[in-house]
This record gives sequence, structure tokens and C-alpha cells, in this order.
Amino acid sequence: MGYAEFSLSGSKSLLMSKISSINDFVIKFANVNGSGSASANQTFAKGVFRSGIPVSPKNIFPSNIQGLPTWFEVRVNEKGYLGRREGIDIAVAMNPQSYRQDVADLKQGGYLIYDSSWKRDFGRDDINIIEIPLTKLCVQEFSNPKQRLLFKNLGYVGLLASILEMDKEIYIVLIEEQFKGKEKLIEPNVKALNIGYKYAEDNFKEFCEIKVKNSNKTEGLILTSGNDAAGLGCVYGGATVCAWYPITPSTSLAESFDKYSEKFRVEVGTDKNKYAFIQAEDELAAMGMTIGANWNGARAFTATSGPGVSLMSEFIGLAYFAEVPAVLFNVQRGGPSTGMPTRTQQSDLLSCAYASHGDTKHIMLIPSDPKECFEFAVEAFDLAERYQTPVIVLLDLDLGMNDWSSKEFQWNDLKEYDRGKVLSKEDLDEIEEFGRYLDVDGDGVPYRTYPGTHPQKGAYFTRGTSHDEYARYTEDGAKNAEVLSRLTKKFQTASSTVPAPIFNQEASTSSIGVIYFGSTDCSMQEALDNLKDQNIDIDAMRIRSFPFNLEVWEFIEEHDLLFIIEQNRDGQMRTLLMAEGGIIPDKLVSILCFDGQPITASFITNKINAHISGIPSVAAS
Amino acid sequence: MTYIVKPKNHHPLLERNELGLTRRDYEGAVSTLCAGCGHDSISSAIVEACFQLSIESYKVAKLSGIGCSSKAPAYFLNQSHGFNSVHGRMPSVATGAAMANHELLYLGVSGDGDSASIGIGQFIHCARRQVNMTYIVENNGTYGLTKGQFSATNDLESKSKYGDDNLFPSIDLPSMAIQLGASFVARGFSGDKDQLVPLLKAAIAHKGFSFLDIISPCVTFNNHNTSTKSYDYIREHNDSLAKPDFVPLGKEITANYEEGSSIEVPLHDGSLLSLEKLSEDYDPQDKISAIKSIQESQRDNKVTTGLLYVNPDAKDLKEILNVSDTPLNAMGSKDLCPGSEELSKINLSLK
Ligand SMILES: Cc1ncc(C[n+]2csc(CCOP(=O)(O)OP(=O)(O)O)c2C)c(N)n1
Ligand code: SF4
Ligand SMILES: [Mg+2]
Repeated sequence: MGYAEFSLSGSKSLLMSKISSINDFVIKFANVNGSGSASANQTFAKGVFRSGIPVSPKNIFPSNIQGLPTWFEVRVNEKGYLGRREGIDIAVAMNPQSYRQDVADLKQGGYLIYDSSWKRDFGRDDINIIEIPLTKLCVQEFSNPKQRLLFKNLGYVGLLASILEMDKEIYIVLIEEQFKGKEKLIEPNVKALNIGYKYAEDNFKEFCEIKVKNSNKTEGLILTSGNDAAGLGCVYGGATVCAWYPITPSTSLAESFDKYSEKFRVEVGTDKNKYAFIQAEDELAAMGMTIGANWNGARAFTATSGPGVSLMSEFIGLAYFAEVPAVLFNVQRGGPSTGMPTRTQQSDLLSCAYASHGDTKHIMLIPSDPKECFEFAVEAFDLAERYQTPVIVLLDLDLGMNDWSSKEFQWNDLKEYDRGKVLSKEDLDEIEEFGRYLDVDGDGVPYRTYPGTHPQKGAYFTRGTSHDEYARYTEDGAKNAEVLSRLTKKFQTASSTVPAPIFNQEASTSSIGVIYFGSTDCSMQEALDNLKDQNIDIDAMRIRSFPFNLEVWEFIEEHDLLFIIEQNRDGQMRTLLMAEGGIIPDKLVSILCFDGQPITASFITNKINAHISGIPSVAAS
Repeated sequence: MTYIVKPKNHHPLLERNELGLTRRDYEGAVSTLCAGCGHDSISSAIVEACFQLSIESYKVAKLSGIGCSSKAPAYFLNQSHGFNSVHGRMPSVATGAAMANHELLYLGVSGDGDSASIGIGQFIHCARRQVNMTYIVENNGTYGLTKGQFSATNDLESKSKYGDDNLFPSIDLPSMAIQLGASFVARGFSGDKDQLVPLLKAAIAHKGFSFLDIISPCVTFNNHNTSTKSYDYIREHNDSLAKPDFVPLGKEITANYEEGSSIEVPLHDGSLLSLEKLSEDYDPQDKISAIKSIQESQRDNKVTTGLLYVNPDAKDLKEILNVSDTPLNAMGSKDLCPGSEELSKINLSLK
């Protein structure tokens, strides 16, 4: 599997075994929540990224502000495999509370770094221990008690730079960038870095056989999170109103919109804002504001997670039935109920696809990396206005909150927003009769007007009660059925313009296919390569949207057996495919990971292997 | 219920306003509410106020929740866009709409069930955010549409039509609105058009959150003689603070008040709210005395009506959030999209 091989240095015994590898390892930081470690860990990851090697840092944090254990895992992989990988090669154990677990997670031959101001015996003789008395060193060097604590973090970053043989200068530059404008802080931070660096140079020169070697594999890549990217996408997509209610893991998406709006959306001359950012009193209000603003012709969105979607459901149904555009980001976390607020899952697929009572269906976009989060945010507004309906963009905690080595963002300056079928005053002057819900073009999409457009024409009454083509209340069942059928037609029209699936197959020769979506992408890529190495060829399709395009059905048709990889318990994508396409259940085999950790390539590979080893014709040859 | 369009034939002698429009031009569809329902009188007071103010209907957005009261927007201002949203959530829809385009006039219509129970959270936050709108609660102390359950504004001593006791004290929305920072708070009575129309006109002219609690008897479920929201009860117990008169910009005060007995409140658009005091210590710009007088009349089994509180200088939500004077819904990609050059810089900053 290519990573982390053993070498027996000396030849004495297993005691001396060391994992050795270049640009391919997993390092895990164990810290106390609220101790300021997050920024140092981030700095470490960014330093590796700047050395030209893709990284995937993952914050594994408790639902707590201060005191509980927290972890930060960084996978470094030159090939660009960015999914989580099991097994820890280097553990930076800074939290005695979690020593036991951290030491147990470490692979044979791995390296344990800990604060030896208080010495410990960890009871494992198959790992390599790197002792550094960080607390003592910081007490010696700093007088301010806060600094003494905080700078332990950069101390171990310095140590890592040394033992991994990295260019220390990269970290000094990173520190300088971080404290731009607060120059006074640069000197003590660099000093902290040097404390660890020097200690390692003096005591652990050439001890560690895992190395970081400069490379060029990050050309064209950026390091950012899905939430940050989606918030930026909303700015580029022309959103002007964001109404939201704080909830992990979506909060940073709304905050990203605010951050970029403060930068790009302040009117020259007046200093007034070309956006409104409203923290609502709850998710119901957030959705109501989003709908009100969209109804009135502004592009508006909200960001939430599963519990928020549950609260918004009544409103989502109103927007669907009254045909008001609305964009909603659902950054999924572990459910059901309050569930695991700081862990990841893809378990809101069904609750979003059919959100609200009655017959409702919603457009969903499912990005797989930050670049796509940016693009789908823009796309969501176009689709919502084109089809006058809610569009739900589904991220998950892993994609939303963690930094990913993603392709750069791109923008075409010629792009015009698609505002959909909106009648201007001039349009209204020309037409004889306006009916808000008349299917004039036969595509199921009617024309709408903004309030205040025309003195005599175009006014209508938006309502969630049954209505006719002219938006008038009706209790005529046949009329209502007509409207419902038109909404189905509209949804079908949308299926040809929502983002098509991505295929991962040079020639579709296999009778086996795999279907996956969202943040699973990175682990899937690696799993497919692993399977290929074992001579198992599988065609792969990444679904990116709902309603499903024709190509989705064709792919399913063309294969005898399909694995569906999901990060939920119930195989929700499988259910959705069965419900929408009438697919025979036996054909669709679920591979499900729902422990709240991002799915790994080996999990997928093992499950697929286990299944097909029972099928003689496709077993590994 | 079906939708009935009113025939429109203007009598040549019908009075016309500054826009050359008649009252008929401000009407809506034929009401499907019970004959005698207070809500219908409020609709006609709204028609009257808008007619007198020469408002352009198409520049008005009417929003409501769910209930008999929330149906009312269909029965006035035919040329305005309307939005009958979901139960108790009109405030958030209105907030979003007002953010999208501050140039329209927002008229929110709600019921006491809609605003004092299911939607009380949204009512509270809409008031404290100072959304620039006129927010009307057509208060009948009951859930009309679901057939007569007690609402949270029904007084403790007010029995149901069937003789059931009301077990819980009532919520007084105007007191709440004052405490929450609403900058215009009044109580009216659907049966007193002389008071209601000037109050509505002033509420509409006021910039910021104008709240009107209008007692509006439900003839079908809450108009019996043990009800405190019946026509008879309100007529007997009405404790009017002042006789309001609304004077648009450039018009002269015509009412003849005795010296020292009137108060004039200039509104932000230059119009004037002139009030003939009915009680000595009435000062509509003093929050504390407003709340005190509401509580005193409650103690004395009376219902205070009239303008309770006004702060003509308060900031509205748009100003608080420092939102552009160009409506957000009128901005295009040129105003909103930072473009590829900036994106390259962002890419660089994420290396
Ligand atoms: C979520 C939800 N719950 C319950 C209802 C049923 N419902 C409709 S109107 C109403 C009460 C309306 O009372 P109020 O707002 O006072 O209006 P009124 O009919 O008295 O004018 C209720 C409970 C609903 N439409 N939606
Ligand atoms: S039930 Fe009551 S509130 Fe509803 S229309 Fe009839 S009188 Fe009015
Ligand atoms: Mg009521």
C-alpha cells in the first residue's frame, strides 16, 4: 500500500524498529481544547503544504469550549490521497488525559513526542519516544505565564521541523504572515519555534526516519475549507442577504460570507454595505428571512445543519409550493437529534430531498471539495432562481470545517447571473395577461414578478394554500392536482441542468460499478487505485446532484452490481435511487460508514473485497 | 370559500385623492370572513388610510401569517403584492423582504394566535430589530380560524362562549413591544374608525417598527357577554388616551384643540401627528409613563387605546445594519461580484 514501511535499524530487535517514509505519513496531535494548539497545528500543516506536499488536516474536536481532549490529524501524502487513513505514524501527545489512547493508536515503529517535563513510562517498547521538556523550556525562556503555556505549541512545531528535516524558514515566514500588523508578536513566536527546533537538533538529529522532502505537488492547489469556499461562492454568486442561526458545523460558512462581504461589499463613497447579514433568533426565522428576501428579488441564503433543517421544514415546503427561490446550505453532522455535533456524516440526504410535509422534492447539490463548494454555491443561486424553488447544498463537517488541498478557485468575468423568468415593467406592458403560475413555456416553470414593478400589472398573492394559475385561492381539487403535476414537470426539467455526475473510468468494461458522493471522493480515489492494484476493475460514478440526471440511470442500467458508498447508517442514497428510479434493490449493495469519522480508503477497499470474494467471476485474479 | 373579484365601476362623483384614485382603487377581493367580523372593519380602515395618504398600491407589500386575520390582506389593496406565509412566521418573511428592498412599504397583518403564541418569538425579534414596517395584530382573543380556542391575549376573567374558564393570564403585546424597543406602538379598536384611521396613517408614515394592536371582535366565537373582547365590552371600557389626528406634510392643522391640551409629534417624513390629550399626564414619548398607563387601566378593568408610544428618531434595521441606499434587489453582478482578479489574489492567500 505504499506508505510507511519498516526498517530495522541496527539489527538488534524489534525495539529499534522505526517507520520510515518520505512525504507519506499521518501525524496526530493530542491537545487540550482551548489551549491555543489549533493555530500551531494548522501552521504545521501549512508548512508541509508550502513544502509542496498535499496535506489533509482534520480537526477532531469535542463539543466543548475548554478542557476536554481534542485531536488534530494531518495526513501528508505526495500522491494527493487526502482521505483519512487509519494508523498513526507520529503522535504529538500534549494531553496527559488522553495519553493512554494516543499511545495505543500509534503504529508499531511509530514516534511518540511528549512533554517530558514530567517523565512517563508508556509501557510500549515497539515505539520510538521523543522526549522534550517543553514546559520547563518555556518556563525558562518566557516570563509571562500565558506565553509559557501558549508557546509550548509552537515549540513542538519547531521540533517537528527539525526531525522531519524541513526548511525552518517556511515556518518563520508563516509566523510573520500570521502576525502581520502585530509585529511585536513575531519575535516571541519565532523564539518559541526555535526552542523546539534547537532542542531537536541537539538531541534527535537523524533519529526520525520519516521525512518531508520539498516537492512540487501543490502547484495549482490551495489549502482551504469547504465552508470558507462556499461563503466566498455566495459573495461571487451575488447573494446579498444571509440570515442564519449558529450551529456547528455550519457557522463558519455564514461567517465566511460576512468576512468576504466586509472586504468586497462596502460601497465606495458611502461606506454602506451591499449586503445584509442577520443572525436570526432561530432557524425558522433564518429560513423565513431567506424566503422573504428572495421573494422580493434579492439573492438570499441560510446555512445550517441537520437540526436546523428539521426546524426549517415547514418553510421549505412553503417555498416549494409557492415557488419562491431559496438557497440553503446544510453542513451535515452526526445525527439523529443533537447527535454528534462535532463529527461528520452524510445522513440528511432523505430529510433534505423530501423536506416538509406533503409531496415535496428539492434540488440538492453535493460538492466534494472546496473548489466545488465555491462553484456549487454560485450555481445554487442560478438554479434556485431558474426553477423558483429551494436549492439545498449538502456539505458535511469534514468537508465544511477542515482544510483541504483543493484545486484553485476559478471565475469567468463574462458570467452573468441567471435570474430566471422575471418580468420587468416593460415585459408586463407587452403581455396581455399575467398569471403567476401559468406554464407559458411548457417547461413547468412560470413567470414571476417582484413587488413594486408595475403600477397596474403583475401583482399577485403568494400563498401556501392551494391556488390556481393566477395565484387565487381555490379548493378545486383538480386545479390543485394540476399545480402539483406541473411542479413535478418542473423538477424533471431541472434534472437535465443540475450538475451531471463525474465518471471515473477509462473504459466502462466492468460489470461492477460504484456510486459515491460528497466528501467520500478523496478516499474513493485511493480505494479505486488500491483495487486496481489488486486487479479489480470497477467503474465509478460520483453523483453531484438531485434530481438525478439521465446519466445516473444509464450508469446503473449498464452495471450488474453497484456498490453505494455512504457515510450514514441506512443507505439513504440507495433509498433515494430506489425510490426515484425503481431500481431493483438486490442490485445495489450498501457500504456504510457512520461512526462520525471520515470514511477511509481501506474501509471501502476491504468491504468491496469482502463482497466480491464471494462472487467467483469477479474475484481478484 | 372561493375567490370573488369585485366588479369595478366608479361613480363619477366618487371622491378622488391626489393620485386621482378613489377608495375603490384600494379595495381587494370580496371578503369571505363572517359578516360583522372586526377584521373586515380593519381592512376598510386600511383602505381609507391608504386612500387618504395617496399611497401607490404597487409600492406596498402585504404580508401575513395564517388565521382569519391573516386572510385579510386579500381583501384590500388589490394592486399590491401579497404574501400569506405560514402560521406565526410573517415577521421573518417581512424582515427578509424589507432587507431586499427598503423602498417599499411593508404592511404586516397577523392575529393574536399568530403573534402572541406560535409566532411570539418572531414578533419579539422583529420589534427589537426595528424592521421598517407597519405590524398589525387583529386581536380577538381567540383562534377564529380553528373555531374558538382561547388565545394568549384573552383576559383571565374572560370566559369562552361555552362557559369555560380561561386559566392563564393574557399577554399584552403593546407593553411588550414598548419594552422591546418598537418605536411606534398604538392600540386601536376595529369599531372606532375615527381613531383607527389616523393611527394607521401615522403608523404607516413612521419610519421603523410601527406596531398596532387592534381589538377586533370575533362575532362567531368571542362576542358573548362574558368576553372582554366583545364589541359591547370594548365600547364600555375603552380608555382612550388622546384623539389622534394625522397631518401630512404641507397640510395645516385644522382640528381645534383647547390650549395646552394637544401634543404634536413631527414624524421623519415631515408629517405631523397631532394628539388631543384626554388625560393630564399623557406623554407619548415617555416609555415608562406609557407602560404605567397601560397597567393602570388594566388594573381598573379598562382598555387603553390610542397612541401609546412613539420615538420618531429611532433608527430602523436598514440603518442599524448600515445597508446601502440602493435596494439590494436592484444590484447586479457588476455591483456584487468581485471578479477574477480578486479571486486570483484569494487563491494566492490560500497557498
Ligand atoms: C403550524 C400550524 N399549526 C396550526 C395551524 C392551525 N391554525 C390555523 S389559524 C390558527 C389560529 C389563528 O388564530 P389567530 O392568529 O388569532 O387568527 P384569527 O383566526 O383569530 O384571526 C391555527 C392554530 C396552522 N395553520 N399551522
Ligand atoms: S370566525 Fe371570527 S375571526 Fe374568523 S371570520 Fe368569523 S368572526 Fe372573523
Ligand atoms: Mg385571533
